[in-house]
Amino acid sequence: MARAALLGRLEWQFGTLAEVVPETPRVSSLYLDVPDWQGHLAGQHVDVRLTADDGYQAERSYSIASAPEDHRLALTVERLEDGEVSPYLVGELRIGDRLELRGPIGGYFVWRGDEQRPLLLVGGGSGVVPLMSMLRHRAHVGNRAPARLLFSSRTLADVIYREELERLAASALGLQVLHTLTREKPAGWTGYTRRVDEAMLREVAWPRQDAPDVFVCGPTPFVEAVASLLVGMGHDARSIKTERFGATGG
Amino acid sequence: MQDMKLDGNAIGGLLREIFAMEMTTAVGTCAHCGAVNEVGRVAVYIHAPGTVVRCPDCEQVLMRVVRGKGRYWVDLTGVRCLELAEPEV
Amino acid sequence: MGFVSRGFKGRRRDAASSSRVPPGQYVVTDFPVLSAGPTPRVNLDQWTFTIEGEIDEPRRWTWKEFQALPAETVTKDIHCVTKWSKLDTAWKGVSVDALMDGVETAADYTTVFSDGGYTTNLALEDITGGKAWVVYEFDGQPLHPEHGGPVRFLVPHLYFWKSAKWVRGIRLQKEEHPGFWESNGYHVRGDPWREQRYWGD
Repeated sequence: MARAALLGRLEWQFGTLAEVVPETPRVSSLYLDVPDWQGHLAGQHVDVRLTADDGYQAERSYSIASAPEDHRLALTVERLEDGEVSPYLVGELRIGDRLELRGPIGGYFVWRGDEQRPLLLVGGGSGVVPLMSMLRHRAHVGNRAPARLLFSSRTLADVIYREELERLAASALGLQVLHTLTREKPAGWTGYTRRVDEAMLREVAWPRQDAPDVFVCGPTPFVEAVASLLVGMGHDARSIKTERFGATGG
Repeated sequence: MQDMKLDGNAIGGLLREIFAMEMTTAVGTCAHCGAVNEVGRVAVYIHAPGTVVRCPDCEQVLMRVVRGKGRYWVDLTGVRCLELAEPEV
Repeated sequence: MGFVSRGFKGRRRDAASSSRVPPGQYVVTDFPVLSAGPTPRVNLDQWTFTIEGEIDEPRRWTWKEFQALPAETVTKDIHCVTKWSKLDTAWKGVSVDALMDGVETAADYTTVFSDGGYTTNLALEDITGGKAWVVYEFDGQPLHPEHGGPVRFLVPHLYFWKSAKWVRGIRLQKEEHPGFWESNGYHVRGDPWREQRYWGD
């Protein structure tokens, strides 16, 4: 990334909502036009700031869902029942509205796309968002090192990006997508139906000798359980990058 | 209540405000236990009167940041040494 | 006034001025949880509350002994430095006056300390004379760990960071020793009615 993008304070800038794509009953992707956007790396996030008319402000971080190559900046947001910011972003914000944001932020939880090691992505719920940016980027740059996404969702209807993941997995790019559902066993389902555990990781993860790059993202308890299982299986802790979303995933 | 715990990614924006550069890849040595960790993997508590950063290994405080009235108060005494790479051109 | 996010309201808050709401605060109906670290796992079999420091004979109570002390139920307004206030909160516990009954000390200051290493400093006169309690019930229920249970400090006339969660004791001191937040930007006293939030306020 350019030196200028890593040095200097970030200014708050405005994105204008251009399109909303519902992903699941609770989750939508917001496509923003950000005129001064300097570009980003897959895995980075933005801080979003909302201001009420009495001056009250709320700030949250959202992972960037779009690939660096994409024209618009995409944020995929899960609307939380008792949330303060997410019900505004998914429900109130309209096409043409401006959103104040700052970024891109993050240099640790990024995948640049030129690595040749196998890539293991483990996502829980909306934790899949930065991983999706990585997979979209991977498709753009044509990286052929083997990649696997293990994606945990509550029910089939909650699987974010389901069709797009099917397409990516079917396009001979060396990507395998494995799902697990924790609250449902749909008829005819061939994926896993339980919380991620050691047996599942042993089937999905490469052996430690293959030294995969690993990215784990989702709610804090999910990330900690998965990371600790992988370390317990002998994977090098330094090649496991984690991003915790807190209790509910953002 | 580990749910309230986040990691260094969550304060990427705040640290950039203070240090004027991307900090999640900076590596800190814990002044208490000597553990070496990238900022991206330290434990962060942001739901507090200030931000508290703790060593993921020994849970002692690495850093505290309070913001108010246009100022920051930053305590880094829990970090013995911070290693940063110059951003590539 | 700068940019306003069209249609954004935020969490339910009521800034209506009232003699019960200090300057700069708004009233909430939920009970926000703030935490500077992992929630300590407190074993009541081993728990003690201590008064130590500038005192001839330190006092110590086990949980069983503590529960046997005369307790009060108090209803108070609480004010967090992060701007939320919650009115009419009900607590049950032992007043600091009862714990300090008969104590002679040259100390003017105290440090209240907790499991997990948290400390806050308080002038002795800010915790005596009916101003502070060591509480173990909130709203008629045993105090939840996320709110400082099993036992926390309660000193509602000052900003709520002074009401230390997971409290274990009071250290009597001749000098003031700024605590966890007071040593890092927050005001050494923290009177919400004088809006003493930060250093220099």
